[in-house]
Amino acid sequence: MHYTFQFGVAWQRLPDLWQGALLTLELGLLTYWGGALLGLGLASLKTYGGPIGKALANGYVTFFTNTPALIQIYFIFWGLPDVGIVFSAFNAVLLGLTLNTGAYLCEIMRAGFLSVRRPEMEAAETLGFSRWQQIWHVIVPHIVKTIYPALANYAVVLMLGTSMAMIFGVEELSGRAYNVASENYRHLEMFTLVAGMYILLTMFASLLLALVGRAAFRVKTRVF
Amino acid sequence: MIVHKVVDQLARFFGPDNLGLLWQSVGMTIALTIIGCGLGFAFAFLITLARQSRGLLGAVLRIIVTLFVEVFRRIPFLVVTYLVLFGIAAFVKGASLFLIAIVAICIYATAYLSEIIRTGFESVPHQQIEAASAMNFSRWQTLLHVILPQSIPVILPPAIAFMIAFIKDTSLVSQIGVFELSFRGKELVNQGMSGLFVFGMIALIYFALSYPLTRLGRWLEKRLASSRGQEPERQLRQA
Amino acid sequence: MHHLEVKNLSASYGKLRVLSGFNLTLSKGEIVSLVGPSGSGKSTVLRVLVGLTPPTGGEVFIDGSPVSYRSKADIKSVRDRMAIVFQQYNLFQNMDVLRNVTIAPLKIKHWPKQEVEEDARRLLAKVGLAEKLHVYPDQLSGGQQQRVAIARALALQPEILLLDEVTSALDPELVTEVLDTIRALAKEGMTMLIVSHEMAFVKEIASRVVLIDKGTVVEEGPPRQVIDTPSTERAKEFFGKILRH
Repeated sequence: MHYTFQFGVAWQRLPDLWQGALLTLELGLLTYWGGALLGLGLASLKTYGGPIGKALANGYVTFFTNTPALIQIYFIFWGLPDVGIVFSAFNAVLLGLTLNTGAYLCEIMRAGFLSVRRPEMEAAETLGFSRWQQIWHVIVPHIVKTIYPALANYAVVLMLGTSMAMIFGVEELSGRAYNVASENYRHLEMFTLVAGMYILLTMFASLLLALVGRAAFRVKTRVF
Repeated sequence: MIVHKVVDQLARFFGPDNLGLLWQSVGMTIALTIIGCGLGFAFAFLITLARQSRGLLGAVLRIIVTLFVEVFRRIPFLVVTYLVLFGIAAFVKGASLFLIAIVAICIYATAYLSEIIRTGFESVPHQQIEAASAMNFSRWQTLLHVILPQSIPVILPPAIAFMIAFIKDTSLVSQIGVFELSFRGKELVNQGMSGLFVFGMIALIYFALSYPLTRLGRWLEKRLASSRGQEPERQLRQA
Repeated sequence: MHHLEVKNLSASYGKLRVLSGFNLTLSKGEIVSLVGPSGSGKSTVLRVLVGLTPPTGGEVFIDGSPVSYRSKADIKSVRDRMAIVFQQYNLFQNMDVLRNVTIAPLKIKHWPKQEVEEDARRLLAKVGLAEKLHVYPDQLSGGQQQRVAIARALALQPEILLLDEVTSALDPELVTEVLDTIRALAKEGMTMLIVSHEMAFVKEIASRVVLIDKGTVVEEGPPRQVIDTPSTERAKEFFGKILRH
């Protein structure tokens, strides 16, 4: 069957796609920082909490990393209303992705906690640093430097992951494209543009993260 | 009252009407993962070999392949799926959804796995490659005798981890109508079952698939860390 | 006629000129030692000879006939006549000792299995590793690995053996066993070009020493003469520094 490409038609709707991209970025940022806070809490609980804390954190992380994010959001959006908790599509996706991200970032941060070596702490101690000073000047920089590449990488993964919001009608990049395609019937062209935009977005994000990494934390990360 | 409802849902979920279909959908999830990632690994391997080629033709091949990998690692799986769907639908009438899903999974897996394989190949110390070269090993002989045996223990753990994680990603192909686990779950909810119950159960099923395999993967990783991909003197050793 | 003759050899790494106008001769059964500061190009000479680094100019002759490094086939035939042992031994970690030694004769030269195996066992016995045939490199000491590397190079029956700082990566106690192996080879009349810093060993075993600096020959002659009583300023400076500790 012969298909005529009409990229011009799709190209005209680029502004719509840009709007969608903005929502993608918004969703990504919110879920990342929410997940980071949650992850930090979980990692702390897992490393320093008592047996109950450890078990809870472990259970949470194990559950959220072994079930699909889609099902987690389905549960929130289609399941929770059964007990009276109703979320809008956007909020359901936001919550679901945040909870999911929290579990994955917990593991990354925990690796950071575990990477601190006694000799470093002891050196700081013998130099007269107080506990808090040790943590701030030695431990935190070391941890951040160690886990920055993994954190940066996950940010990009998450940005791509926000695409599943389209399933719930959220008009981020993919969702917007889908809805526009329903109007102009240029599905293939629209999604090709979308693919191109995701590539641009991720390249830009990777570049930015790599530069920030080098400047602020002196971490050498792959730029592409 | 709640207990009554839960029991009712349980009966429907595990009842004869659903059980068969549920098994089918689980089977589909597993099939998609294994076939898609299996093919992806094979193609990724070929791609990595292609990336070693020399000369002008080789340069063109290398560029195409590198482009493929870099592009498909930067597009969400859902978008890849839709692209494959619309792409195939534009040129082929009546392609099966299963085929479309497999192609999408294959493309995505190939892109990711080829990076894993490439890293594995590069993990073999350069000095051994030089020694082989100085002894007149051809590039293919070096690959076969020196690089492959030593890179396999480095490649397998992340490759297997990718496949196990992919079980969760297959949930996304439910969007194009493939009859896998998530699709079945959505169907049940559309038919009136409790979303809370159904998706809770579906989550547990995914968990039952993913968690043991993840543990197995970690065990395998430990085992492979101690082996070295060895080639002993099998043929020449006196029996 | 010299066994190996190098005329006016030059080589570069990118824009950096590493060798220029380098000359060298080796007679059959002769042992020449190449010494010099790091970065002088001494390892590069060996790398060029065995085809790992392309020369940018100059000529190489083996037994009077010119040798080229231009085509793959040319390089292959050079490698049939010269073998190299590296500073880092570069053994194949996925193969046991015996396999490391037999793989090239078997898979590259396609020599008959029986002979290759017997030859390998003999060579490994000669370097003192007869009991370690089925041991893997990571279970051996540096000195043992280096001796396997020497056996591996010899298994290809080269005419000329190139040794690139083969004791530099070893702990001091392990150096002797490798030097003993080289002494044994010298007794058998193997033509060798040895890059080394072990000045005492060089004095003992080499018939000639060549001092190289910044890619060219600074001074050459019998070891006692060059090392103990150098005539050029640069040589005096170099040997003075080395021998002071």
